[in-house]
Amino acid sequence: MISAEAVSDHSRPGRICQGQIIILIAIVLALGKFILPESLIRPPNWLVWPFADWINWLFDFIKDDLGFIFVTRAFAAGIEWLLDVTANLLYGRNRWPRLGPLPWTFIAITAAMIGYWLNGWKLALLSGGTFVWIAVMGQWKWAMETLSVIVVAAPIAVLAGLLCGIAAWRHRWVERALNPILNIAQSLPHFAYMIPVVVFIGVGPKSGAIVTIIFAAPPMIRMTLLGLKKVSSEIAESGMMSGANRWQLLWQVRVPSARTEILVGINQVIMQCLAMVVLASFIGMPGLGQKLLQLLQALKIGRSVEIGVSIVLIAIMLDQCSKAWVVKEPKHFEKGVPWHERHRLKLLWAGLSCLAFLAAEFLPLADQIKRTQALTVYKQIDTVVERFIILADPVTQWLRGFLIRNVLIPMRDVYLWLPFTAVLAFVAGIGWVIGSLRSALICLAFVGMIAMTGWWDRAVITTYMVSFAVLVVIAIGLPLGIWASRARARARLVLLICDTAQTFPSFIYLIPVVMLFGVNDVAAIGAVIVFGLVPMTRYTIEGLRSVPPEIDEAADMCGAAFRQKLWKVRFPLALPTIAVGLNQTVLFSLFMVIIAAFIGTQDLGQEMQRALSSTDVGKGLVLGLCVAFIGLLVDHLILTWSARRKVALGIS
Amino acid sequence: MADGSETVISCRDVWKLFGNHPERYFASIPSGHNFDDIRNDGYIAAVRSASLEISRGEMLVIMGLSGSGKSTLVRCLSRLLEITAGEVIVEGNDLSALSEKELIELRRSKMGMVFQSFGLLPHRTVLNNVAFPLEMRGQDRIERRKRALEMIELVGLTGREDYYPRELSGGQQQRVGIARSLAIEPDIWFLDEPFSALDPLIRREMQDEFLRLQGILGKSIVFITHDFDEALRLADRIAIMKDGLIEQCDKPDQIVLNPATPYVAKFTEEIEKSRVVHVSHLVAEPSGDIAEMEPVSASATVRSLARRLISDASEELPVVDEQGAVIGVLKRQSALELLYGERS
Repeated sequence: MISAEAVSDHSRPGRICQGQIIILIAIVLALGKFILPESLIRPPNWLVWPFADWINWLFDFIKDDLGFIFVTRAFAAGIEWLLDVTANLLYGRNRWPRLGPLPWTFIAITAAMIGYWLNGWKLALLSGGTFVWIAVMGQWKWAMETLSVIVVAAPIAVLAGLLCGIAAWRHRWVERALNPILNIAQSLPHFAYMIPVVVFIGVGPKSGAIVTIIFAAPPMIRMTLLGLKKVSSEIAESGMMSGANRWQLLWQVRVPSARTEILVGINQVIMQCLAMVVLASFIGMPGLGQKLLQLLQALKIGRSVEIGVSIVLIAIMLDQCSKAWVVKEPKHFEKGVPWHERHRLKLLWAGLSCLAFLAAEFLPLADQIKRTQALTVYKQIDTVVERFIILADPVTQWLRGFLIRNVLIPMRDVYLWLPFTAVLAFVAGIGWVIGSLRSALICLAFVGMIAMTGWWDRAVITTYMVSFAVLVVIAIGLPLGIWASRARARARLVLLICDTAQTFPSFIYLIPVVMLFGVNDVAAIGAVIVFGLVPMTRYTIEGLRSVPPEIDEAADMCGAAFRQKLWKVRFPLALPTIAVGLNQTVLFSLFMVIIAAFIGTQDLGQEMQRALSSTDVGKGLVLGLCVAFIGLLVDHLILTWSARRKVALGIS
Repeated sequence: MADGSETVISCRDVWKLFGNHPERYFASIPSGHNFDDIRNDGYIAAVRSASLEISRGEMLVIMGLSGSGKSTLVRCLSRLLEITAGEVIVEGNDLSALSEKELIELRRSKMGMVFQSFGLLPHRTVLNNVAFPLEMRGQDRIERRKRALEMIELVGLTGREDYYPRELSGGQQQRVGIARSLAIEPDIWFLDEPFSALDPLIRREMQDEFLRLQGILGKSIVFITHDFDEALRLADRIAIMKDGLIEQCDKPDQIVLNPATPYVAKFTEEIEKSRVVHVSHLVAEPSGDIAEMEPVSASATVRSLARRLISDASEELPVVDEQGAVIGVLKRQSALELLYGERS
């Protein structure tokens, strides 16, 4: 049996000792706050640099002096033209080609056929059913507004990501340059992307589309690079020996061989697009997201649940379809299969589509369903919710009061009370314990930069909300994961739920918490907890289930009881994986805290909302970077620890 | 098979070093540095001072354990890897001096290669995999299809044209790899451990298939393997590699009878020599009258004569060459020693 403690790590004792000394300094600084000079308690003025002004200056320079705005406007015009086409086809906007709107029955049939082609009946039912639900519930126009942007943004993001990925694969320096940018890009909150886009392009669908493209491209770059690197050298060599030139080798050998990773990238792009399109309602993007935003702000729970169901259905449909595409392998037909058999699905689709168009000619209901003709269940939902709330109200009221009075406010005050030098010393100490000098310096740099932006207090409030949420997530997610991992079927079910929940746009999570707690801090934290629970549970299960079976058996044969086995064998081995889950939880929580700002928090998110409404690029980016730095700090610490641990355990 | 007249590939003093600055390091490498010394300097000497010649129609087998540099060497011969020093001449062209375009042209017209894990393109059908090299050189569709179908027939996969690689067994996949490498009618055929990924029964079958094909086609072949039996079965000549060095390059009989280094000797120790050694290598001057006796062929293996050697007690047997002329005698004693070891 491998005992996790027995593995030696030479620098470990020294590292821990030095780190402890630094942490001790932090504690002394905190306790001695009363005698500290003011400049050691809060970042003094000379330390706060006007980054926002510099960024604004830089953006103005690029925009006006370099005339970059014409470039972006031209690009935006191109995007707008594409958006007009899809908008016309999907919901009949009066633009070229003026063919639309296509009947909803046709779109539902097409979706169902795609689903059937990808993965049989169930997926056909899901895809077709999603569109039937949307049409019947009278949300067709909003959903099509949302989809018309995804239809344009996703392919462009895929193409851009593919090309960048290829460039990074081809030239090492591109990869080196892109890596830190991608790291920051993937930890910047959604809003940070929106502000520059608003400055350069304005508000509305086209900026929604552009922000979506920018936001969704990074994972595609990563997956393309990964896929191209993984193509076996023999396949590349066989292409070379077949006399392929560079172009042929890239597009006919390497890219098709990296198919799986590229398709996984496309799946991620589509899901990111959906998440962003829904959020882009903040910059005037019409569609389901905007409706949801308005309804939530007006506390119309029934209606927002209806919209929420649509968004969730679209998310699951897009995710399932693109995942099915990843694993779909080409199949051959036996010899002598007649033409109509080979093209059975296409013919069926063509036939059904003709029927749909015919039906739309004669039966208006098969063409468009108007709001007045639509079904709705919001009144019923409202009644149910109201009854439930009456039942739950004493509990939630009490919980809310208790949390705010006895936990959240004291916790926030403690966080705010800490001198910033103590925080600096503390993170440096943690960094030292985990990864000696290098990590200590990296941590110091991240926190130091936050102090220099002048948003110290806001950042501390964000940190307090995230850390409280993460603690709760650990307290719930860990036992949940352990419980779920005990039986195979249960683990699969919980993993399925987690995977599905992970595809929902983060916005969705606000519906239930607003319903229960109203609009306040507790609701925001509730949303963060629900959202962060997903990766924590998921990785706990995966970590525990991926413990090698022979170690499991060895533990059994050593006579370990269930608990002994769990805590002494499986848990230590699963911990590096669980740590990765924790890392994701923290990142998810950060994003969610920022999104939840619009239901009332006083952290970086609130300031970001303000920056968004006053289109202050500098402020927005600086705030975004503060969030990114918190995320990157945690990311660095956890991943360093996890990597070291994996090496020590020999499971890397 | 080898007529020894025309050299197709010759490589002289070829080096391949892996590391940060192999050229710079090579210039400063002290003589007498062995593999480990070089490794301590931070470089891997995958191929050291390799010199080989392959004649038209000859099958050269490069044999060595994993990490011995055999796969690297074949990649130097096909310029899948750039060599660090030395020269490789293929059909009169200095390989390193070719431009990218010329190299691609050479590969499109003269070279074919088969890979250990097949290297098939997963998104193409059998037919399109085999037609791939033809497509690369821009042959038109109909011709490409015709040629590919011929190749598929040649390797016995007719009827599977529309299958995808993952729908085939390992042996069938390698048949596709072979068909693809032959599609452009190459003069030079590289095979990098083509049968190592297959299970033993299939391997044997594929070796037979390969010998059949070579009987029809008569290509110049460089065949890589780590299996000594396979090498002995197929080779005209064998080159044995260790730590990047060619320890010995010779006919199988010579390698078995006269191993050049202790390493080669260790390899041949376990081999049943009589299966490898041909009578021609044991021919001696006759000491008595042999006119009456039934002759044995010089190209027969000693093993194939075992039954006769035991039942026929005469001390010497006449040996005849392919034309039937007597070229000497086979001494019974030396043949028996080869069969059963020296009397202790």
